[in-house]
Amino acid sequence: MTTSKQSEAPTPGAEQDPSEGAIRRLMRLSRPVSGRLVLAAILGALAVGSSVGLLATSAWLISRASEQPPVLFLTIAVVSVRAFGIGRAVFRYAERLVSHDAAFRTLTDMRVSIYSRLADNGPVALRPYRRGDLLSRLVADVDSVQDLSLRVLVPGLAGFIVAAGSVALAVWLLPAAGAILAVALIVGGVAVPWLTMRTGAASAARLAPVQGRMTSEVVDLFSGAADVMSCGAGRRMVARIEATDDEFTRVQSEGAAAAGLAAALGAAAQGAAVVGAVLVAVPAVRSGDLSGVNLAVVVLLPLAAYEAVVNLPTAALALLRVRSSAERVFEVIDTPPAVTETSAPKPLPAPADGVRRVELRDVAAHYPGADRDAVSGVDLTLRTGSTTALVGPSGAGKSTIASVLERFLDYDGRVTLDGTELAELDSDQVRTVIGLCAQDAHVFDTTIGENVRLANRSADDVAVLAALDAARLGDWVAAQPDGLDAAVGMHGAALSGGQRQRLALARALIADFDVLVLDEPTEHLDAETAAALMADLRAATAGKAVLLITHRPADAASADRIVEVGR
Amino acid sequence: MRPLDPRLLTYARVTRKFLVASVIIGTAIALLAVVQAFALAGIITEVFQAGAGLAEVTDAIWVLVAVILARVALSYLAEVVANSTAAKAKSQLRTALLDHVMKLGPVWLARRGEGELAALTTRGINALDAYYARYLPMLVLAVTVPIVGGVTILTQDLLAAVIVALTLPLIPVFMVLVGLYTKGRVDRQWRTLGVLSGHFLDVVAGLPTLAVFGRAKAQAANIRRIGDAYRVATLRVLRVSFLSSLVLELLATLSVALIAVSIGLRLVEGNFTLYAGLVVLILAPEVYLPLRMVGANFHAAAEGLGAAEGVFEVLDTEPPATGSRTDVPDPSRVGIEIRDLSVEYADRGAPALDGFSGQIAPGRMTALVGPSGSGKTTLLNVLLGFVQPNSGEVRIGDVDLAELDPDAWRAHVAYVPQRPRLLSMSLRDNVALGAPDADDDRIVAALTAAGATDVLDSLPDGLDTPLGEGGHGLSVGQQRRVAVARALLRDAPLVLLDEPTAALDVATEADVLAAVKEHARGRTVVVVAHRTSLAELADDVVVVPETGAIRVVE
Repeated sequence: MTTSKQSEAPTPGAEQDPSEGAIRRLMRLSRPVSGRLVLAAILGALAVGSSVGLLATSAWLISRASEQPPVLFLTIAVVSVRAFGIGRAVFRYAERLVSHDAAFRTLTDMRVSIYSRLADNGPVALRPYRRGDLLSRLVADVDSVQDLSLRVLVPGLAGFIVAAGSVALAVWLLPAAGAILAVALIVGGVAVPWLTMRTGAASAARLAPVQGRMTSEVVDLFSGAADVMSCGAGRRMVARIEATDDEFTRVQSEGAAAAGLAAALGAAAQGAAVVGAVLVAVPAVRSGDLSGVNLAVVVLLPLAAYEAVVNLPTAALALLRVRSSAERVFEVIDTPPAVTETSAPKPLPAPADGVRRVELRDVAAHYPGADRDAVSGVDLTLRTGSTTALVGPSGAGKSTIASVLERFLDYDGRVTLDGTELAELDSDQVRTVIGLCAQDAHVFDTTIGENVRLANRSADDVAVLAALDAARLGDWVAAQPDGLDAAVGMHGAALSGGQRQRLALARALIADFDVLVLDEPTEHLDAETAAALMADLRAATAGKAVLLITHRPADAASADRIVEVGR
Repeated sequence: MRPLDPRLLTYARVTRKFLVASVIIGTAIALLAVVQAFALAGIITEVFQAGAGLAEVTDAIWVLVAVILARVALSYLAEVVANSTAAKAKSQLRTALLDHVMKLGPVWLARRGEGELAALTTRGINALDAYYARYLPMLVLAVTVPIVGGVTILTQDLLAAVIVALTLPLIPVFMVLVGLYTKGRVDRQWRTLGVLSGHFLDVVAGLPTLAVFGRAKAQAANIRRIGDAYRVATLRVLRVSFLSSLVLELLATLSVALIAVSIGLRLVEGNFTLYAGLVVLILAPEVYLPLRMVGANFHAAAEGLGAAEGVFEVLDTEPPATGSRTDVPDPSRVGIEIRDLSVEYADRGAPALDGFSGQIAPGRMTALVGPSGSGKTTLLNVLLGFVQPNSGEVRIGDVDLAELDPDAWRAHVAYVPQRPRLLSMSLRDNVALGAPDADDDRIVAALTAAGATDVLDSLPDGLDTPLGEGGHGLSVGQQRRVAVARALLRDAPLVLLDEPTAALDVATEADVLAAVKEHARGRTVVVVAHRTSLAELADDVVVVPETGAIRVVE
């Protein structure tokens, strides 16, 4: 059983040598299930081996029977034929269950490890990725990564075992036939997959990014449908996706030619093995090197043995897809965090006389990869019991200050919490003291109650309703037939813009932070409701240090101090 | 699960040609298998029983070589045809889906869940690859090979033919039985996958919020829990659905074993020939092979068909009835009258609008005011034709809005939604979304008018700078101003603005308001206003009262 403790352990595949290949890194992630994978490969080998055995023993049985020996002489062969007839189905069934189980385990491990890494890096690190592209990387690419065990490792290992066994049998009967079979299997099991990989490499590597682009274009169209359709641009946007779709289709068709080539070469190798076996076995029967009764075995063996390698070209193409997907996944994982954590965090300082004090002196911050500061030269002080308004034109970096205070983003200058530099504290601990109600706070696809309780797991219904009341949403919740259990839909679709904002406020209030940053709390509210909400907020946050980010003069007017940025 | 959904033939027309090609290739493959069996049996019998050497079997060897060359060519052809068909079929389905979603509109989309639908449109449909490349051709082979092979076996050995004739039909019967049994489960699994991907996306999108409350790391355990539950549930389904292929393989290989043993025993008694025995032995596994492959690829095919089912479900959703009149009255010259309008969403208990009536005068600026949640945005959605009212009507002059062709009507409308989205294209293309022919001068002028010069100045490549999906890299206020510029550039007689100055500071708001006011000259402007500054600017004010069930504290 997996416990939550394990899942929070350091991310596997995190502290990596950057030159390490994606596949190798993936194999390390699959290590916990390696036992299951080997078991699956053995079961798979037994299944295909049963097919080979069935044809070989049947061929011998029929040839020997045609010499009309006493039936007793055939008993072992008859029993073997029947056993092989049953074995194949049973072993295959077991193999598929074991390998799928292993693949799903790895899939979950991947998801958890990716997510943990994203959580460690902080939200600002994800800014470079489009949401649709991120969705594609985290869902489609992670899914296709599980093909490594299902379509590559297990069939590869099983095929090798059966091929080796079949060659051994042929060598024992007639060394020359064994050599021919070995060559055919090496062509079919090594050369053909290698060729497939070479020709398919370009197209497979191009498929994943095109898919990512298509996904983000589709997400564009679906989430921006109101903008697009009101502009009469629906047809044009669909045409854009169709153009990408055409490219996708073309790239895939190139892969089709490679797959076709592999199938053709495979058929040629198998055919050559049969003809080759005939050419060496016929003279060998004459010369007495091969007993006549084994002729059918030697000639028909390649027909069955080829099944060992028949899936390997597909496996090679799967390997390419896996590698390309894994690289895209690891790229997200390896995005450097926007915050440098201190290795030796200082203890969280206690407020002096119960008064928290946050001071910013000449603070500047820039986003990773950006060449200029999003905000600079900010000085302000937050103190328990007082509200500071931060005003400035849109785009001046007001929200960037919120990210700095939340330790989502590194800064220059000095930011202290009760005298201790913020960067010298553990970020998670900072966030237990300094809270944020963001402009674009996310509403999760669950109930109203769960969305609020997220901020405080121990809160009971009474506390949740009190917080909703303080955010002026209590009456609305009370009017819902399901009350706190009312579902809010994906991205809070069942709520209006103002209701979403107030739900986020209730959440920030119930968390009971000492220092609270409110980023545009009255956005989407009509003037009357906004004024009433501000009054309630003043009451609800009386004992806290509040930073109110706003552009409404009315909101700022109620603050104890007003600080301007970007002017 | 039907192995071949007839709707696939309708929506992905390339499937029809593919079926014909598959039958031709499949028949050829079956005939080649028969010829190969006769050639091999001939060689072995001649050499083993008659002591022949290579010289005596040269003809048979040449036949064998010819068969192999033909098989090589067919393998190539079959693979290429299958893969390119898969690509085309997916493309046709995707196009049909996108076109239909556009008819269903943004409000339907938001309620259906855009993330899940995006996953279906891209990755979901890709699951059809396996269906076309490995399942459908095998399904055809599963008909041609048993017929050709079975008849050949009948000419050699009645008993073997009887065994084949008895066991072969059992395979599809079992397939249908097990398929019926697992259908519901496979469908559910696909839905679970959608929910799982929705959950994962929800969690990743909410990462900043989770981080604020110290819940981000704890969600990892949640993802593991859901992943484990998904694995256990899926394996439970697989244990059953793999059972079908267990039965198929068992029937197929056990029949071959039975045939081999029966031939052996009759050979011992001397009332059977080695030649016939070998022909049957070589052909018997070939007869069962396509059916076995059908079974082996059943799961992959089911996933593809499950996705197709999801697509058909959307395609079968009736789009709202729309009018076809294209003689749209100019909304800047005739008034808009809203009579007794009611809108109710299926998933919300209370009506969003309940018997609302009002008038919008032509050539004037009308502010819609009212408490949050009173249905102001819904009213705009009705005016845009995104939502069909349950009752009541909207009249543009003397024409009912419902009679108008929505595209023709929207050509007269510019709109700034409450949460405008910037698309993943350049700033230029984003602003010119509703006026693709506009030149750079007009685009810059629109940006300037919308108070968005700072946006243009802050971007490294100016108008050419690509903006991320959802407008990453721009603040909410900047995104809104770009959206306002987009609406100004559209130069439409009716302008609908949903809180155009939200998230703007006072100075920028004044700039935008001045631009809106200037732009309103000679146009009809409807603006949802929370701020008094906006409402004061308007010529008329229409109050949208709260509906019965949604209450807001005063």
